[in-house]
Amino acid sequence: MRLLTGNDLLSGAVIWWTGSDWSIHVEDAADVDGNEDEIARREEAARRVNSPYPVDAELHDGSPRPSHIKERVRALGPTVRPDLTLKPADPEIGNWVI
Amino acid sequence: MYKYDHYDQAMVDARVEEFRDQARRRLEGKLTEDQFKPLRLMNGLYLQLHAYMLRVAIPYGTLNGQQMHALADIADKYDRGYGHFTTRQNIQYNWIKLEDAADILADLAKVEMHAIQTSGNCIRNISSDHFAGAAADEIVDPRPYAELLRQWSSFHPEFSYLPRKFKIAVIASEHDRAAMRLHDIGINIVRNDAGELGAAFYVGGGMGRTPMIAPCINPFVPLDQLVTYSEACLRVYNRHGRRDNKYKARIKILVHELGAEEYTRQVDAEFAHLLEQGVEPPLAELERIKEYFADPLFEAGAAAQLDRSDPDFAVWVDRNTVAHKEPGYVSAVISLKPVGGIPGDATAEQMRLMADLARDYSFDELRVMHTQNIVLPHVRKADLHALWTALDEAGLGSPNLDTVEDIIACPGLDYCSLANARSIPIAQRISERFAANGKTGTLGELKLKISGCINACGHHHAGHIGILGVDRKGVENYQLLLGGSEAEDVSLAKITGPGFDENGIVDAVETVTHVYESARQDGERFLDTYRRIGMNPFKEALYG
Repeated sequence: MRLLTGNDLLSGAVIWWTGSDWSIHVEDAADVDGNEDEIARREEAARRVNSPYPVDAELHDGSPRPSHIKERVRALGPTVRPDLTLKPADPEIGNWVI
Repeated sequence: MYKYDHYDQAMVDARVEEFRDQARRRLEGKLTEDQFKPLRLMNGLYLQLHAYMLRVAIPYGTLNGQQMHALADIADKYDRGYGHFTTRQNIQYNWIKLEDAADILADLAKVEMHAIQTSGNCIRNISSDHFAGAAADEIVDPRPYAELLRQWSSFHPEFSYLPRKFKIAVIASEHDRAAMRLHDIGINIVRNDAGELGAAFYVGGGMGRTPMIAPCINPFVPLDQLVTYSEACLRVYNRHGRRDNKYKARIKILVHELGAEEYTRQVDAEFAHLLEQGVEPPLAELERIKEYFADPLFEAGAAAQLDRSDPDFAVWVDRNTVAHKEPGYVSAVISLKPVGGIPGDATAEQMRLMADLARDYSFDELRVMHTQNIVLPHVRKADLHALWTALDEAGLGSPNLDTVEDIIACPGLDYCSLANARSIPIAQRISERFAANGKTGTLGELKLKISGCINACGHHHAGHIGILGVDRKGVENYQLLLGGSEAEDVSLAKITGPGFDENGIVDAVETVTHVYESARQDGERFLDTYRRIGMNPFKEALYG
């Protein structure tokens, strides 16, 4: 599957296209296969996202998991600061990244 | 230390307002990202892996307590309570919002700081010896010359769009503590046989994907021609640097392709031309700058003896203090490398403590080391125990300067959009391994440097042991290098062989230290033993 990601213009936060909006949670991301260019153009013009681009992903326990480690680190947060990740209470979340 | 004059302050304030307007237009959609990106980069604002990142310049690594307090306040108010001190003596914040960026720059301007030229293809923050003005071995304080070059290079219209970024380091001692010969221009202030001061110019060094050691192109430039000669070096580069290929655009490639002799010939021709133009600032300006770097009022006859009865304190003194030019004083290094910690990171609380300790014990002055530690440059020996006690209570008392725990690590894939592999976890695990096996002290000086990609921000080429993280089919892999140095015995490290996974690289580092332990002779550092016995014994131990 293909996901569309970018950064929130105001905060710079990593965001993922859900099919109708943007979310900071990659598990909300929708498959955009074939439509990424059109969505990216429209959303960037509307200033809802900065520099969007597609990434490959697979389903993992029913949720999208980016194929490349760089995108998984983007999706979660720095592995060396679990307190600053999106799931600081999950002690196993590092395994999802690596 | 240097104080802004009216012109400095006016320029920085004007730039803040200019950027405020640019950011507003970006948020209103009047600028596209393509239009805005070069503008934000000129103000140190990157878009990194998780958010915007702001890199703040700390000229030649020198700052005062008020400035350190301001950095702490920014960490609390606009970021997530911490900052990362970098390998070019700067600080970076990792969680900046675009809407806050201009306010942060305004806060910085109030304490004579900025983020100008911390990115882009221009002359970057000029780095120097972190013990400048204090070191027992320096012939003069190099910072006035660095400051003169900072003023010359700030907003220099001719050098704002160079083929690539440009880094200058200035030192003034035989011992190189600034990786001087691994810069685009390295300047060593020297004294000739007649006792006159001049500048030895080393041009075309660098790390990155094509590491090179800068050759000396002029052993003695009179100091009243320092700016003119620098300008000549830049002009030749600006004219002939490879703008067609980003990977061949640094000056090291030009010097290498032309040859040092031909590059020098062209610089000399340009220099002769520039001398006729009269571009050198008047010596009075240098003298004005020098006044800001006058020695603090050292206590005459300060006690030279220490009470070493506390063994932990004695270890810290031996490892983390450095000889000072003034009797009864030392430079004290505050390690930002706690075992298992993130190299170079400091919390806002720690920054405030360091600022307060600088006020109490070091004439209100701090330095950022390119090795990602902090120096209090002028500490009375009589105050060392009180200083160490305060540091130790705050987790800043690690006695590990220049040991295997004192690891340089770039932010790596945990933060950096350019990285291919994580650096920080490797540094954490190595420091934990050696702290656990108790060998940190017995291994002596061992400089270990880790980069998460070939751009080499973690200086892996210059590590006695270097580690380079690479992406091997989407999996992190780590190459091991041996034999580098960024000091006066400068050399480039060589790759041992096939890389290792995350666990394997930690074992590999321990393995090469075993080889060193079994082969070293009296007084030899790891690097000395490597140079004497060569790569093969290490390879055999690693790969069989």
